[in-house]
Amino acid sequence: MTGSLRTGILIAGLVLLLAGCGGSDEASAPAPAEETTQTDSAPPAAAPAGAPVAPATDGEQVVNVYNWSDYIAEDTIANFEKETGIKVRYDVFDSNEVLEAKLLAGNTGYDIVVPSASFVARQIQAGIFQPLDRGKLPNYQNLDPEIMQILAGYDPENKHIIPWLWGTTGIGYNVAKIKERMPDAPLGSWDMLFKPEVLAKFKDCGIALLDAPSEVFPTALRYLGLPTGSQSPEDLAKVEALLMSIRPFIKYFHSSQYINDLANGEVCLVLGWSGDVFIARDRAEEAKNGNEIAYFVPREGSLMWFDTMAIPKDAPHADNAHRFIDYVLRAEVVAAITNYVNFPNANAAATPLVNEDIRTDTSIYPDAETKKNLFPNVVNTPTFDRLVTRTWTRIKTNQ
Amino acid sequence: MSRLGYLPLGDHLAVSAEPMVRAIVRIPPVRWALNLLGHVTSGRGLVIAVPYVWLALFFLIPFLIVLKISFADQLIAQPPYSSLVDFAEQGYVTLKLNVGNYLFLAEDALYWKAYLRSVQIAFFSALICLVIGYPMAYAMARAEPTWRSVLLMLVVLPFWTSFLLRVYAWIGLLNNNGVINNALMALGVIDQPIVMMRTNFAVYVGIVYSYLPFMILPLYATLEKMDLTLLEAAEDLGCRPFKAFLTITLPLSMPGVIAGFSLVFIPALGEFVIPDLLGGTETLMIGKVLWDEFFSNRAWPIASAVAIAMLSLVLVIMSFQHWLERRAAAAR
Repeated sequence: MTGSLRTGILIAGLVLLLAGCGGSDEASAPAPAEETTQTDSAPPAAAPAGAPVAPATDGEQVVNVYNWSDYIAEDTIANFEKETGIKVRYDVFDSNEVLEAKLLAGNTGYDIVVPSASFVARQIQAGIFQPLDRGKLPNYQNLDPEIMQILAGYDPENKHIIPWLWGTTGIGYNVAKIKERMPDAPLGSWDMLFKPEVLAKFKDCGIALLDAPSEVFPTALRYLGLPTGSQSPEDLAKVEALLMSIRPFIKYFHSSQYINDLANGEVCLVLGWSGDVFIARDRAEEAKNGNEIAYFVPREGSLMWFDTMAIPKDAPHADNAHRFIDYVLRAEVVAAITNYVNFPNANAAATPLVNEDIRTDTSIYPDAETKKNLFPNVVNTPTFDRLVTRTWTRIKTNQ
Repeated sequence: MSRLGYLPLGDHLAVSAEPMVRAIVRIPPVRWALNLLGHVTSGRGLVIAVPYVWLALFFLIPFLIVLKISFADQLIAQPPYSSLVDFAEQGYVTLKLNVGNYLFLAEDALYWKAYLRSVQIAFFSALICLVIGYPMAYAMARAEPTWRSVLLMLVVLPFWTSFLLRVYAWIGLLNNNGVINNALMALGVIDQPIVMMRTNFAVYVGIVYSYLPFMILPLYATLEKMDLTLLEAAEDLGCRPFKAFLTITLPLSMPGVIAGFSLVFIPALGEFVIPDLLGGTETLMIGKVLWDEFFSNRAWPIASAVAIAMLSLVLVIMSFQHWLERRAAAAR
């Protein structure tokens, strides 16, 4: 009897193992799809003949880039490979936390990673990145000094990071569903998301918030008229009270699920990131399901965020990484990326090259008035961070 | 073993060396080492060594690393925790153990609430699996022998598709705009979609669906090997089928019930993927709490302490299960 039992457990164990393998296969599946190593790249020494003195390169003609998913133009990598003969191994992630855990463990093998600036400050403190060699980045001058000034708040003297793209945190909504339920909805204001009597009207069509206290708390602080970088437990308690008052109307907290759900009508009002809401808008248009999606930055002011390129200290191909960064710093390269993904870039020289409909869309490129009210994230102390996460768990689980 | 005592120095010496060698061999550590060596060098020993090496490499060592981190301090560094052993000046080696991480778990209600909730969800999932799985395993075990392997194959077949993909498929089924709601609305059974996604109900569906085969397989193994003449004897003596099931089949299948129950209960306890994909925000399970500690708070030491505490919980449950099994075996 026990023998047969053991066989049963053994079979189950084997099945479990098989299932485990299946799971991990799935998890790593997106990577090869995004990789471009398969594309026919030029042989190592194929730098265009007659080019000026070739910039420094590493022995191996490879650069390993780890970037956000859906965040690059179709031909960006192919053109770089054709021009330099350096193979780009492009891998993607979808959360800062996962990237950070990898970086903290060390030996990632990546030459360029693209964390958000609000995470970078702590990562610089942990000694993860190497300082950039400005001499190898002649296109550095293209960058918008105003934005570099803000980034210096995360990275003193702009030593370690170069902006990839940036954007805002704001409100995405389903135009028809909002109008139908509340013709005089306070569009353009945070009232849309923080006033319980407004939210009550939209509960039935689905309200979602980003699952990120670092996005929700500063905007709530701004709505309450408190300093957005506040690290005081009293202010946090006020934010908690505000969020608990709207908690009954919120369907879920998630940082990417809302893209699909907004597009197919599962939710109608979200706190989301500008570019992601535009992806939802485009998906709804493609699906022709009649959902019209729009986005605004509340006039009270909102967060601006930056995703930035950095080179890990243990990067095996630091010289190639510099070449790739300098390539992205070219106005025409980053303008093409903006045209493809609808996020603004921090490259002043690139703005005239961006398609007019994107450049003049104030929900993408905020006008001077809106820009004045945008503010960056601050870096919390570890103690305050713990308090923040704990508060966030309480809000999410409604306890 | 006696040949070991002989040394090629003549009879006299060889004889006197033998008791000495015997004495040395009897010292426990030497005996163990020799036993191990004997096992390893024999072919059978090599075969047995493979799972031990596997367990040591992929279970024991990772476990010790996690245990080590659970006693460290959180730092802003790479890696983000302090080292336990310090080589200070003047040859002092200091060992610093921070038990604060475990105390922290005890202080904050969040953790025990999450543990309790996980135990509850895992327990009821296992119970539902048992209720669904037992009749299935029973039917399989009593089916024509030619059919049994086909039915067994059908139970295992879903594993050919990735686990993650199958959980994702449930999103498409349970959504407000999903297959189930659309079908019910088209049939006119309901006019408002039933909210199923992001509720505890969806988590139960996901766990029961994913782990049901782990319940069926051990149950099938015990039921299939059962001696059917016992039931014939019961019938001959005038016992009704249902009573025969209760007094013969059910007690005899208890080892399978216990094994299946723990095979569902234990992985469901630490489940992260299913509650994350299907669960709502109020589904507070320990897997998610651990994720938050590790990724959002970067508190690797606390996350490790959460993991060790969960492992201890599983060990307690497993030894209880072991005790049940032995009692069931003794009862027979």
